[in-house]
Parts: sequence; structure tokens; C-alpha cells
Amino acid sequence: MTYLPGLLVALTVFWFSLSGLTSPYFLVLAVVAVLLALWLSARLGVIGRDASPYHRLPLLLPYVAWLLGQIVKSNIAVIARVVGPRSAIDPAMVLIKTKARTEFGKALFANSITLTPGTVTVDVDGDALKVHALVRENATPASFDQMDRRAARAADDAKRKG
Amino acid sequence: MVDALHLVGGGLVVAGALLTLLGGVGVLRFPDVYTRIHAASLTDTGGATLVLLGLALISGLTLETLKLGLVWVFVMLTTPAAANALANAAFSAGHTPRIGAFQIMKSLAAGEARSDTQRRETSDDDKSSPP
Amino acid sequence: MLLAAGVAGLVVAMTMMIWRAIVGPSQYDRMLAANSLGTKIVLLIAVIGYLSGRPAFLDIAIVYALINFVTTIALMKFFRYRTLSRPLGPEAKDG
Repeated sequence: MTYLPGLLVALTVFWFSLSGLTSPYFLVLAVVAVLLALWLSARLGVIGRDASPYHRLPLLLPYVAWLLGQIVKSNIAVIARVVGPRSAIDPAMVLIKTKARTEFGKALFANSITLTPGTVTVDVDGDALKVHALVRENATPASFDQMDRRAARAADDAKRKG
Repeated sequence: MVDALHLVGGGLVVAGALLTLLGGVGVLRFPDVYTRIHAASLTDTGGATLVLLGLALISGLTLETLKLGLVWVFVMLTTPAAANALANAAFSAGHTPRIGAFQIMKSLAAGEARSDTQRRETSDDDKSSPP
Repeated sequence: MLLAAGVAGLVVAMTMMIWRAIVGPSQYDRMLAANSLGTKIVLLIAVIGYLSGRPAFLDIAIVYALINFVTTIALMKFFRYRTLSRPLGPEAKDG
């Protein structure tokens, strides 16, 4: 239940960022809406699980900043392939082993791969990720190593099971 | 000062639109679903980021900037999930990726519990309709 | 002026997506085109809102982004399982 105040704050901030209104009538509506959302979340049973990941933010934000840099880099690479000749692309399917052990760590790593243009996670099976890549040489296991390490650290994976 | 910000913001919007255009060119040019996903994700990450950043510069420090940030977060959270679902659905339906050399695909396919090896060898491109 | 150029670029890109959705050739190509078209529409709504001086369009863009995602996932689920009443998740892993 420690997650309840976090969700309450998040929903209130969300409401204000969407409306920006402060007249009494709308404030009452805001309270009703926030409480309704809280009740629905409680009914769904999502409070207190990974659905309220505020404690992860200090580790996640540096990772997201690093990931944005990677996205810029691979965007440029993919643009070169798009305007280049047909022979510039060399698609490949590779299996990548991930260090992540928790569900959250795997999801973070897989989604990071997908978000980066040029690589798409097709399937996750245990600790093996099936990745489709636009260019073969960008898809060696070594090229994902850094992202894997950083994602595992951002997901706080090492502390849980090693 | 404000004019300069508007100019830079407009320039970013145009750059984002150009990137989106390039993504569209890629979606039209690339040979199969999986490679087209790469081109489309070019649009959804780079193009959306540039356009929304440009609009944020135009609107300055107001509530609209916060909303633009929300749109950006939604797009960045939902795009990989949708792309992953698409690739996964296509692959598990037996849609064969087109790859440079064929043996990697085969070694991966050996682990699959599917028996459509004949289709896998013959359907080099995406002309075959899924089952 | 620059915003109008941005709108023009987005509209051309959307036309390409519609072309891809029409020629296919597989249903996954069409779904990819529909999803990508949705993202472009979100951007288009936002830019048009600024172009016409009505940033309130952003609310519509937010809603459109969310609906676009749900649509793609629902379509994908339907094309895969031919039903929407099947639970997604680890327990529903490929029958």
C-alpha cells in the first residue's frame, strides 16, 4: 500500500497537466476523477506491483538519456540505408542472450532494442531474445552487450538474483 | 528572441516531417515486413521526437509543453510494444524474414515447433499469404 | 510558414503509408502501415493545432495516440488468435 500515495500524486499531476483549471467546480470533478481512477486501479490489482515504478526513476532516467543518444545514432544509420541502394541492407535474424533475470529487466532490454531503429525484438524465450536486424554487422552479440549491461543496471537486476 | 525560437522550432518541425517522409520512403522500398518495421520505427522515434520538440520550442514554457511531453512519452512507450507485437505475430504465423545468407534463419527455425519447412525454403519474399 | 511545410511533409508521408496499406502484400504490412499512419496522424493533429492557433488540439492528439496503440494490439491479437476473448500473457503462450 506504500504505492497508493505515489499513484495519487501521479494521477493528480496528470489531471492538472491535462486541464490546468483551478475553479472550484472543476476541482471537485478532479477529486472525483482521481478517486475513481484509484478505485479502478485497486479493482484491477495493479497498485503496488511494477505498475507504480516511481522508485525506479533515479536509475532509469540516466539510462533513458543514454538510450536517446543511441536512438539518434541508429536513426542516422537507418536513414543512410533507406536512401542508399537496395544492396545496402543486409537483414539478419540473431539470437541474443541477456543478463537480465527479472521480467522488468528483460522487458526493458527488449523494448530498448525495438525502440532503436534497425533492430526489432521478435520473441523472448527465457534469457534468449530473437532479434531481427536491418544490417548484419550491427547485430553481433557484442554490439548488444553494452545495452544489456546498462539495461540490467537500470532495472536494478543485479541486486535481486545476480 | 521569441522569433528566433519560433524559427528554430519550425525548422525542427520541418526536419521531423522530412524524417517521417524518409521513413515512408523506406516503408515503400524495403523488401519485407521486418525490414519495413525498421523504416517505420525511424518515423515513430526520430520524426515524432523532432516534431514534438519543435512544437515545444514554439509554445515555450507553458502547459502545452507538458502535454507535448505526454504525447512524446505515450508514443515512445507504445511504439516498441506495437512493433514487437507486429513482428512476433508475423513470425509466429510463419512469415519468413528475408535475410542475406540463409543458414542463420535455418538454425533459428530448427527450434521452432513448426513443420512448414517447404514454405520456409521456397517463400523467399513476402508474396506468400499467411496461413 | 514552416509549420505549413511540416504539414505538407506529413501528408505526403501519410499518402505513402496509405499506398503501402493498399498494396499490402500481407496483412502484417497493412497493419504496420495503419499503425505508422496513426503515429503520423498524431503528429499532424499537433502541428495543425499550432498552425491554427488552437493548442487544445493536443488533447485530441493524446487520445489518438492511446487509441492507435490499443487498435494495433487488438488487431494483432485478433489476426493471431481469431478471437479477442483469449487472455494475453505468459500462460497464453502459443498453443
